[in-house]
Amino acid sequence: MTAPNLTAGRATPARPDPDPAPARVRRSRRSLRDLALVWGFAAPALVVYIGFVIVPVALAAVFSFFNWNGLGPLERFIGFENYVRAFSDPVFLGALRNNVVILVLSLAIQGPLAIGIALLLNRKLRGRTLIRTLIFVPYVLSEVVAGLAFRLMLPPEGPVDGVLTSLGWSGPKPQWLADPDIAFWTLFAVLTWKYLGLAIILMLAGLQGIPEELHEAAALDGASWWQTQRRITIPLLGPTVRIWAFLSMIGSLQLFDMVWILTGGGPLNATQTMATYMVDIGNGRSQIGFGSAVAVILFLISLVIALIYQRAVLRRDMVGAVTGRG
Amino acid sequence: MATAPMTAGSQKNRIDWSQPFAYLVALVVVGITVAPVVYVVLNGFRSTAQINRDPSGWPAPWQWENHTGVLTDPMFWTQFTNSTLVAVATTAGVVILGVMAAFVIARYEFRGRAALFTLFTAGMMFPLTVAVLPLFTMLRGMGLLGNLLAVIIPQVAFQMSITVIILVPFLRSVPAELEDAASIDGASRFGFFRRIMLPLSGPGLVTVGVIAFVTSWNAYLLPLLVLGNPAEATLPVGVQFYSTTYSQDTAGVLAFTSLAMVPALLFFTLAQRRIVSGLTGAVKG
Repeated sequence: MTAPNLTAGRATPARPDPDPAPARVRRSRRSLRDLALVWGFAAPALVVYIGFVIVPVALAAVFSFFNWNGLGPLERFIGFENYVRAFSDPVFLGALRNNVVILVLSLAIQGPLAIGIALLLNRKLRGRTLIRTLIFVPYVLSEVVAGLAFRLMLPPEGPVDGVLTSLGWSGPKPQWLADPDIAFWTLFAVLTWKYLGLAIILMLAGLQGIPEELHEAAALDGASWWQTQRRITIPLLGPTVRIWAFLSMIGSLQLFDMVWILTGGGPLNATQTMATYMVDIGNGRSQIGFGSAVAVILFLISLVIALIYQRAVLRRDMVGAVTGRG
Repeated sequence: MATAPMTAGSQKNRIDWSQPFAYLVALVVVGITVAPVVYVVLNGFRSTAQINRDPSGWPAPWQWENHTGVLTDPMFWTQFTNSTLVAVATTAGVVILGVMAAFVIARYEFRGRAALFTLFTAGMMFPLTVAVLPLFTMLRGMGLLGNLLAVIIPQVAFQMSITVIILVPFLRSVPAELEDAASIDGASRFGFFRRIMLPLSGPGLVTVGVIAFVTSWNAYLLPLLVLGNPAEATLPVGVQFYSTTYSQDTAGVLAFTSLAMVPALLFFTLAQRRIVSGLTGAVKG
């Protein structure tokens, strides 16, 4: 370790520091006491973080090259065989496809829905706080509790079917969770129920950041409500929408809890996701090596999407987000 | 939110339909979001026989046995205690370690500072899902399986990224003049941290604390894998155990589920603003 820099010169000139120091950083004397304080304060978080985030992620990469059941020595090195096996396994490919379909549908359906509802609710309404609280309820419930509630509501002739009958749907209903062709769409509907509230709340928060004067100016210029929304509000909501889309995409790829509770990946693997498949083979069948390979694939897909998205879409927003310079 | 309704041509004595339409939309959305919760809570007050006879009926008469049954079940309280211990310990660990690390990143100039910050922010890309199998083997090697620490320590580690990202701008916004003034008054670096920084960054600490608590309270995958049997489990895992063990006792499962909802709903109602501002603050800096 060297003494801290006296100047504000960057230690890494190669690329611009994404996080410049505040204008007035305390000019530290070249003293060991400063260093002791800095690293003493950072050490506990750093040790826990490296030990329980970085190390396990690195281990997943290592394990993925072995045929290993989690017990005994790591000795059966098999190169990329686990990866080859994953990409030739129809169940994994189906799980991957499910993740991608959920990702695309979430963006295409939940996004416009959330923006539309937020635009409508962004006005003076009686009981606004209550409305917002209730809309946010599904997000707060654990996925286990929510998944269980839906499992109890969706059996044949259950409450959901009862409501549909009273609405005039006579005749047989779909097997919501038991029919492989239907179960995936049921799962997507439940996921939409769970996460739409979060999207609406985020959009509403974004709408609050739009200056009122703009609306007034547009109204004075004779713009209709709809023109104002389309030309002013929605473009200014851009950063919020982009951040929400990012969270939604990563969340879609990591999906586990709700699927595990609602369908367990069934029927006939119709609702399997990469994460449920990984837990199934890694924990259920003790194939830690193969499961780790699936985890690494899942991670790499998330990473590639995140990097492309950051480069292409988020660059301006993230500069503001990470450095606090809006 | 203080936006006046944009009424198209409100000067022309036309009836403004947008307001009732907004109420209608709000009503539909709220109806859909709360319906499952209402169903679970209401049917917890019916007997399984009643539920089987008429799945979408009203409690008549109201049954309290299901809830008393759950509330007198020692397993429920064991799991409730486990969940509480894990959430409190996780929150404490996240806030204490997080604020210490964020403090030096925000206010000191030292070699490796940018790298340290980058390392923490990179963690946003490593979800627990990716690490959970190796974590399981590590924790088994440490002999921690079945121990609440097996959930607490990894949760603290995985919350560190979002915590540092939220706290650094907070701690940075405290003016340097305050620091100079404190040192002129003879306060040590640590004294400044304890007496000025911590109180001033209160809202930020509450935000990361609330996010850590809610995340921990609802966590499922890690407890599922590392806490083996019901007596060691947290509530989400316990609810799942209960629902498979007593799958014939629909009313009991509903009562257990609705009781498991209560703490999260209560806590959320109290901390709603913080959660929302934390979520949006995290993306706005």
